[in-house]
Amino acid sequence: MLGFIFKRLLQSILVMLAVAFITFGLFRFVGDPVNNMVGQDTTLEEREELREQLGLNDPFVVQFARFTANAMRGEFGQSYSLRIPVSELLRERLPATLELSIISAILALVLGMPMGIYAAIRRDSWLTKLFLTSSLVGVSLPTFLIGILLILIFGVMLRWLPTFGRGEVVYLGWWSTGLLTVSGLKALILPSITLAIFQMTLIMRLVRAEMLEVLRTDFIKFGRARGLGNRALHFRHALKNTLIPVITITGLQLGSIIAFSLITESVFQWPGMGLMFIQAIGNADIPVMAAYLVLIAFIFVAINLIVDILYVRVDPRLRVSGGKK
Amino acid sequence: MSLLEIKDLTVEFPSRRGIFVAVEQVDLTINPGEILGVVGESGAGKSTVGNAVISLLQSPGRVANGTIHLKGERIDDLDEELMKAVRGKRIGMIFQDPLTSLNPLETVGAQLIETIQLHLKFNDKDARARAIDLLTQVGIPDPDTRIDHYPHQFSGGMRQRVVIALALCSDPEVVIADEPTTALDVSVQAQILELLKKLCEERNVGMMLVTHDMGVIAETTDRVAVMYRGKLVELGSTEQVLKNPQHDYTKSLISAVPRPDKRIHRFPLVTYIEDAHDSKDDLDIASHWLGKTRDYEKVEGPLLSVDNLHMRFITKHAFFKRNEQYLDAVKDVSFDIQQGEVFGLVGESGSGKSTVARMITGIYHPTGGAVNFAGANLTQISNQKELNHYRRQMQMVFQDPFSSLNGRMRVEDIVAEPIHFHKQTSSNSEARAIVHDLLEIVGLGAQAARKFPHEFSGGQRQRISIARALATRPRFLVCDEPTSALDVSIQAQILNLLKDLQEELGLTMLFISHDLPVIRQMCDRVGVMRHGQLLEVAQTETLFETPQHDYSKHLLELMPKFEGPALAS
Amino acid sequence: MTINQSAEQPAERGPVADFIHRLRDHDVWYSFWHTPMAIFAAFIALVMVLSAIFAPFLAPQNPFDLAVIDLLDSNLPPSWMEEGDPRFLLGTDDQGRDILSTVLYGSRISLLVGFAAVVLSLIAGVGLGLISGYVGGRTDAIIMRIADIQLSFPSILIALLIDGIVRTIMSKESHESLALYVIIFAIAISGWVQYARTVRSSVMTEKVKEYVQAGQVIGLGSFTIMIRHILPNVLGPVFVIGTIHLALAIIIEATLSFLGVGLPPTTPSLGTLIRVGNEYLFSGEWWITIFPGLTLVVLALAVNLFGDWLRDAMNPKLQ
Repeated sequence: MLGFIFKRLLQSILVMLAVAFITFGLFRFVGDPVNNMVGQDTTLEEREELREQLGLNDPFVVQFARFTANAMRGEFGQSYSLRIPVSELLRERLPATLELSIISAILALVLGMPMGIYAAIRRDSWLTKLFLTSSLVGVSLPTFLIGILLILIFGVMLRWLPTFGRGEVVYLGWWSTGLLTVSGLKALILPSITLAIFQMTLIMRLVRAEMLEVLRTDFIKFGRARGLGNRALHFRHALKNTLIPVITITGLQLGSIIAFSLITESVFQWPGMGLMFIQAIGNADIPVMAAYLVLIAFIFVAINLIVDILYVRVDPRLRVSGGKK
Repeated sequence: MSLLEIKDLTVEFPSRRGIFVAVEQVDLTINPGEILGVVGESGAGKSTVGNAVISLLQSPGRVANGTIHLKGERIDDLDEELMKAVRGKRIGMIFQDPLTSLNPLETVGAQLIETIQLHLKFNDKDARARAIDLLTQVGIPDPDTRIDHYPHQFSGGMRQRVVIALALCSDPEVVIADEPTTALDVSVQAQILELLKKLCEERNVGMMLVTHDMGVIAETTDRVAVMYRGKLVELGSTEQVLKNPQHDYTKSLISAVPRPDKRIHRFPLVTYIEDAHDSKDDLDIASHWLGKTRDYEKVEGPLLSVDNLHMRFITKHAFFKRNEQYLDAVKDVSFDIQQGEVFGLVGESGSGKSTVARMITGIYHPTGGAVNFAGANLTQISNQKELNHYRRQMQMVFQDPFSSLNGRMRVEDIVAEPIHFHKQTSSNSEARAIVHDLLEIVGLGAQAARKFPHEFSGGQRQRISIARALATRPRFLVCDEPTSALDVSIQAQILNLLKDLQEELGLTMLFISHDLPVIRQMCDRVGVMRHGQLLEVAQTETLFETPQHDYSKHLLELMPKFEGPALAS
Repeated sequence: MTINQSAEQPAERGPVADFIHRLRDHDVWYSFWHTPMAIFAAFIALVMVLSAIFAPFLAPQNPFDLAVIDLLDSNLPPSWMEEGDPRFLLGTDDQGRDILSTVLYGSRISLLVGFAAVVLSLIAGVGLGLISGYVGGRTDAIIMRIADIQLSFPSILIALLIDGIVRTIMSKESHESLALYVIIFAIAISGWVQYARTVRSSVMTEKVKEYVQAGQVIGLGSFTIMIRHILPNVLGPVFVIGTIHLALAIIIEATLSFLGVGLPPTTPSLGTLIRVGNEYLFSGEWWITIFPGLTLVVLALAVNLFGDWLRDAMNPKLQ
């Protein structure tokens, strides 16, 4: 068990190094960092001095090591376009994205799981057919279009809810939260629904498919032959076996919600990291792009690691073979 | 009054191509303490009868007609709620594969206690005590600790015992066992059958034992029902049915079972199932293309000899060599095969016999040792062209007819592929004519050429596989369990075909099987393998009469003693 | 040599007739004609693809021909509304272009990007999956690690990143002219993993099957076995993924264009049209956004519905 976690940890570090390498490559070779930092009238000597200062003349490995060390401390240098340290920018933007993503993830799970279970158990009911068809509509509706439609209906036509921004926020230390004010909560409704719909349909279809798969197995048939009722079969035996693959994929989904939030943020002008990233792409603002990528990768890797450990907790086959007497 | 009474049972499966009648007007009864065998080949509908009794027919199957009574009480028309009280409580069920019959995420104890409490309303402590008691009864050692283990911590045989314990939770009156030993090794099979017999006797339970295996029937059952294509063709005491079968199908089925006690030349009476036509009379193989142009080098001494063959599989890769885990599947195996001889390798699953075959035919590259064929050491040849020269002389017939043919190719392309690859003929039309002849020879007929593999039954596919193997005009044929996936009557036909071909073409053969009676029918000499080692090599008759190694004796003891009727005709 | 020529020949059909015969006998074909939803979806998708291909003949106006565009016609609502103009069935945009025409031309570009991206990722993914599964060992480990890393990022992010890099390297003008290829490439790169993983796992199950060993016993080389024997047996699921990927690729392209990092307004796709129209949403000119949006959804939905049916039909055990 410990060996397993250690192995996973090692793999995660490797992945992070790979991501760091790619972003470093971005930093170093895509465009000249000095050009991006100084004005037109800087002399060649001044530029050279800056290069030396920034360590751009050091050997490749040294530069990469420095980049990685800085990245670990959250230092990504200055934003080219905004002229403020990227770390500051991140600290300002992170809470907005995380609040939006977590609320959406909870929404998607709380609605998607029961729908998936229902659709697997009641395979032929009209509600299942409705779920399945509307889930296809959900998959076919691009997130930004959902956002636009919601804005059109609830913002423009009915004028019930705000259509952009986070509303009023309250600062808890450096963390800004919109969850404690009415306007903040109101502002959260449309974006979180927008973000949740796609994930919800995915979770629902996944739960349904996995559960149907489990319901076809021999041990369910044998359980039926032992006289077990539907409730025991569905909720005790099938659900537990369904959850194993679902945990993995849902974990990954949480990561992708954070990444996907950039579309929602862009539609609702939500002041999060995604919006920052989009603007950075438009401005070729490499340090911001790099920081965003490393952060997203870190969140992904962390989630992956947690999922793997959970996996071992749930599945006795892994638990025992890991620590066999 | 009998315990279970099935009357006029008809089960249908509606499908796109019409209604398939899986079981047609079957009448059966089971008495307390009795084991009724239901025997038949695949597609006979024997499992469907069992599933219908417990009303767990696979969708879209339905009972179209007939009644089922349990102790005089009609149970086939019960609704789902009432049926649940019968399932597990009054009728227990045992399935074929113990590996998949248990929930992998719950302990054995939890599953037992759940079932006990469901039917008997025991409190937790009593239920646990009963669960331990049941595990003891089915012969699981140390039940006090084992009860808290998960299914994957049990071996296949032990798991099947747990499954039996689960079926017995609430003292059912009837137990339906559907191929309960098919997934197990011979030595475990004997123990499980013994256990089932004992439990039936002690508890006065009536059992329906569904199987395809005549040996199991002969050793376990009191009465036997023979099914053929959904119909019950014969019913009687086991003794009477086996010794003096009445129906033609039963006769042909019994005569197709390989005899362990003596070698016969061909299997008689195997034509009841029309799987193919015998066509060896139409063609004189020896003077045919197949028998001619045998441009092989003359060989002095054995055609094939393997020296100290060794195969190590790495089961777990690791960064450091010392952390790697590996399995020595074959350890220092040496034997010779003379020209024209049929050499058998026998052993249980995991003995390494198939690995030996795969090293000889070049699918695996041995970790150590040499494969000498026609005077050349094949493991040393690196020139592809030179290797192909020997590959052509050596072909293989595989075990699983459903996976050994590429489903996306037409039969004629499958059979013609080796002909083209080894440039046996330059013209397409000639290759085609050869393919048609090959299909004739293996008893399929030329019209099979344009079809795809999925249009054929298992036995027919095995014939295609043989035709493909013959297409390079080999002199050495490796048969790896060629009939273990087939029904007995089909097996008999395929074995007849292989015997004929071996004789007429003078083939040398390596014949691999786990089935001792089959080995006895086919082989001149036999090697016995266990855990990757070759324990004993002897003339077939010698091995069967006076085995030397303890393991050979053990295997022969476990061999089902099915002897069938006195050889009539 | 005595070759038995008298063997009766089975009824020969021509290759085409034979193909049709087998197709009509196939379970998937049967299922198609017995699933109204699948027929409906296929019909809609077909109509949309055809009208996109023939847009130059169907569209009332060429929206890129400055000579026919009149700024005086700008922001007209659909023809059935009060201020509508019968010349413009679905109204006009801010530059006076006919919405119906821009939507037809836009879906032409969206479909082009979608198909091209799907074909590219399919080829790359199937190829890498085949190699990974068949060769195994270190090659497999490397390809699959890359796939794993990429899979941990949503495809939209990968596409964005590639687009971002290209944007940084190239000047604005050359980027604009290359935008179409960049976006096809970006979407293709972001999608290969699905194919590779599916094909790899199918190859792993196929390659231990005995027909592959039979090929080895005959003496066939690895390449022949891979292409002639294994490939045809692993393609089934690839078609399903391809169909669903087509819908996804169209959506990704639209999303990128909507975010302003996809196709420029000079070669507008449906996503670009939606973005442009989005600015007028608040002033009440909803038709500029809604019609391209609706087209996009109907197209994606039709393709998804078809793909959903196809997956079930190819997997009979699911029923």
